[in-house]
Amino acid sequence: MTTNEIIDPANLVYTKTKVMNDTPMHYCPGCSHGVVHKLIAEVIEEMDFQEKTIGIAPVGCAVFAYKYLDIDWQQAAHGRAPALATAIKRLLPDRLVFTYQGDGDLAAIGTAETIHAANRGENITIIFINNGIYGMTGGQMAPTTLEGMKSATTPNGRNIALNGYPLNITKLLAELPGTCYVTRHSVHTVANVRKAKKAIRKAFENSMEGKGTSVVEIVSTCNSGWKLSPVASNDWMVENMFPAYPLGDLKNE
Amino acid sequence: MAKIKGAIVVNVERCKGCNLCVVACPSKVLSLSKEANDKGYNFSHMSDPDSCVGCAACAYVCPDACITVYKVKL
Repeated sequence: MTTNEIIDPANLVYTKTKVMNDTPMHYCPGCSHGVVHKLIAEVIEEMDFQEKTIGIAPVGCAVFAYKYLDIDWQQAAHGRAPALATAIKRLLPDRLVFTYQGDGDLAAIGTAETIHAANRGENITIIFINNGIYGMTGGQMAPTTLEGMKSATTPNGRNIALNGYPLNITKLLAELPGTCYVTRHSVHTVANVRKAKKAIRKAFENSMEGKGTSVVEIVSTCNSGWKLSPVASNDWMVENMFPAYPLGDLKNE
Repeated sequence: MAKIKGAIVVNVERCKGCNLCVVACPSKVLSLSKEANDKGYNFSHMSDPDSCVGCAACAYVCPDACITVYKVKL
C-alpha cells in the first residue's frame, strides 16, 4: 500500500483539534507553549466545552494565546490573571475559567493574586508554564531561575547571596487549604504529553465540580532564552530543571 | 501477524523545523528536508515512509500542531 493510499480520512488517527485555529503561532521553533496550547484545546474539545470556556491570557510570550484557541478570552494586566479569573468565575459560575501564566507573570508580579486566589479556593484552573526565565523580554532572571543558571541579568549564573533562592511557588500553593489539585508535569516526551493532558482534564473537571483551585505546572523550555536548540533544551531541562522541580502530584484531594 | 502501516502529512507552511518530531519518532521515519518553506525553515518530512507505523508520537510532541497521522492494518 502506498503512502498516498494510506492518507485517507477513513484511516485518520490524529489531527489538529478544531478548537485550535489555523493562525500560525508566533512562538519560537520548539517552544513548549505550542504543545500546552494544543493540550488545552484537545481537552476542551473532548469535554465539549468550547462554548463555555473563558481563558485568561497573561502578559508574557503567551499574551497572544487568544489568537490561537477559538474560545472566549480575556487578557489580564501583568500578573492579575487569577484576580480576573475570580471575577469571571463568580459572575458566570457555569463557565470553565482558566488562567494561563508564565513564571514571571505568576511567581513574580502576580504572586499576591495567585496566592490569594488559591487561598480563597476559587473554582478556577491555573496553568503555570515554568521555564525559569523571562522569555518574552529577552531572558532575564525570573523567581524560578535555578541557582547558577545563566540569564541576561545573571550572566555569571544566579548567585544565591545576591539574588536569593529559586521560588518553588507550586509547592507553596500546595500548602494552601483552598487548592484541591496541584501537580507538575512536562511536555518533552510522548508519555509526558499524555500525562500532562490527563492532568489538565482533571483540573478542568475539578473546577467545574467546585472543588477549589487546581494548579497544573508545566516545566517548560525556552530554547531562545536558554540559547540552546529545542532538542538540547529538553535535555537541559531533564538534567537541571527536574531535580529542582520534580514532576508528579503535590496534592490531589 | 497483522502489519500496521502509517503515514503522516506535515503542514509544511506551519512547520518551524524544530526537530522535536524527528527525535520523538521511534521508527526513525522523519528528518528535516533540504528545501525550506516560505518562512525559511527546513520542514519535517518522511524520509523513510515504509517504516512508519502511525504511532502519532511526532504529532503529540509537535508544538505547532502541524502533523496529521493516518494508519491502516494490512
